[in-house]
Amino acid sequence: MIIIGERINGMFRDIAKAIREKDPAPVQEWARKQEEMGAGYLDINVGPAVSDRVDAMRWLVEVTQEASKLPLCLDSTDYDAIEAGLEVCKRPAMINSVPAIQEKMDRVFTLAGKYDAEVIGLAMSEEGIPKDSDSRIALAMELVANCDAYGVPVQNLYIDPLVLPCNVGQDHGPEVFETLRQVKLMADPPPKTTVGLSNISQGTKNRELINRTFAVMAMACGLDSAIADACDEELIAAVATARIILNMDIYCDGYVDVFKNQNK
Amino acid sequence: MAVEILKEKYRGQVREVVLGAAKDKGGTRSHTVKIGGETTLPFLHFEGNIPNRPVVAMEVWDIVPEGWPESLKSNFEDVYDDPAAWAKKCVEEYGADLIAVRFMSADPDGQDASPDDCIPTLKKVLEAVGVPLIIYGCGKSEKDNLLIGPLGEAGAGENLLLGVAEQDNFKPVASAAMANGHTVIAQSPIDINIAKQLNVLISELSTPLLDRIVIDPTVAALGYGIEYSYSIMERARFGALQGDRMLAMPFIANIGGEVWSKREAFVPHEEEATWGEQPERSMMWEATTAMALLQAGADLLVMRHPRAVELTKQNIDELMKDNSY
Repeated sequence: MIIIGERINGMFRDIAKAIREKDPAPVQEWARKQEEMGAGYLDINVGPAVSDRVDAMRWLVEVTQEASKLPLCLDSTDYDAIEAGLEVCKRPAMINSVPAIQEKMDRVFTLAGKYDAEVIGLAMSEEGIPKDSDSRIALAMELVANCDAYGVPVQNLYIDPLVLPCNVGQDHGPEVFETLRQVKLMADPPPKTTVGLSNISQGTKNRELINRTFAVMAMACGLDSAIADACDEELIAAVATARIILNMDIYCDGYVDVFKNQNK
Repeated sequence: MAVEILKEKYRGQVREVVLGAAKDKGGTRSHTVKIGGETTLPFLHFEGNIPNRPVVAMEVWDIVPEGWPESLKSNFEDVYDDPAAWAKKCVEEYGADLIAVRFMSADPDGQDASPDDCIPTLKKVLEAVGVPLIIYGCGKSEKDNLLIGPLGEAGAGENLLLGVAEQDNFKPVASAAMANGHTVIAQSPIDINIAKQLNVLISELSTPLLDRIVIDPTVAALGYGIEYSYSIMERARFGALQGDRMLAMPFIANIGGEVWSKREAFVPHEEEATWGEQPERSMMWEATTAMALLQAGADLLVMRHPRAVELTKQNIDELMKDNSY
């Protein structure tokens, strides 16, 4: 599972302050730290409180790239901000995200084609998040069909089945796993999959334990990546172990360190 | 209808390792030899790059070898007592790409030669030939641990390929390589997990050494479990191509020592009438073992019989012809 490091997000106070004051230091420190911990992408989110999202996104992308070579995952519902970010990205990025709503898909898949970007597609529509896996899968199929129609390779699409907190939407858990399994049968080559991992544990008291338990269960169902806390050492160790058990990496006694040090 | 050729795309690459050092890098070799660098499985030129051809090293001992059959021995009869002349003959007459010197005189149960006794031989071989050298001790690790440091120091700057680092005994060789600019043979007992772990251990000692490791997966001779060696090498190479940095090293295959200690190399025709004449059979045993291991991904072959070397090099010529379409 590839970790999309979640820490450069204006929801966090230090990042919000950095954006406000145009101080690159905290952003770059998190970029380096997440890369060192083995993140494969860095999520970039300007947060809710910014007045000019386009400008903030462009600045965040630029300063992050000065500190890290990792590809970026541009996280916004404002597609003008995403495009501004894509314009200054030095290597192909990921767009986070698009729901199965036609005019949004039209805009995002056009951008993906233009900037050779990957796309996270959310299994939700105007009506919100479906309850069962069948409806999630139907929406995922719409995303796959649109992706293909716009000439974006299907393996550049990451389907997010959408995870709800396990203390609120407990019945969603099995539906998410079933969706992950079914998505892999949709096309050849199949789309990839992702989740916002910390959602599963929102409002609970055992956040890290729930996060890593969910992560390894989802990996067994075909989860390729997750937006997650790259600095959660126990999570990284659990992911490294799941990769061994799923025969994705070759075992050696030091496999956890090998996984952690993959960017070094 | 046109046939569409399926091509696998890998994101990884085998590390390219340079053996030997010429004047510009502080050595005295006439040229260096590069191995590794593949971006696909062996000889699938249509799918990726095989930038360096596999190479053949020939073995030279610092004592007159005991127990080699006459059909092998006769090729070196005039040079046996002179490792420098022996090395020269292998390079000039038999086309060896590298020379692998085995310091068998150090064997504590034999001559028990000291490091000081061995250093002059190393220097003479370095003077006699311009090709890069591989250095082995006598095979008994307690003694070899004492030998490798002084030999590494005596050959400082030559980028020798030093054998062998093992999981429970990697520091002497790795330290000698670090201190004097050499490359390491990392040997594991037909075990991919140990092969990987050993590279992890060496990299913890020195990260730059990661680019100066050649994996010896321990190969078996034909008929003695070569399929296990093949599986291990294939799996490691798949791992490397899929991005496993800790297995992305070229392979060395120690073929001569394996083949020439087996029954098929010795037993006379009279004892095994269906096996064919011993001189031809034993030589072919070595050549065939080498050819199978080339297909498994071997980048550097250590061999003994000149005719087997010749056949193997012809095979390499054929395999390196472009098959892209």
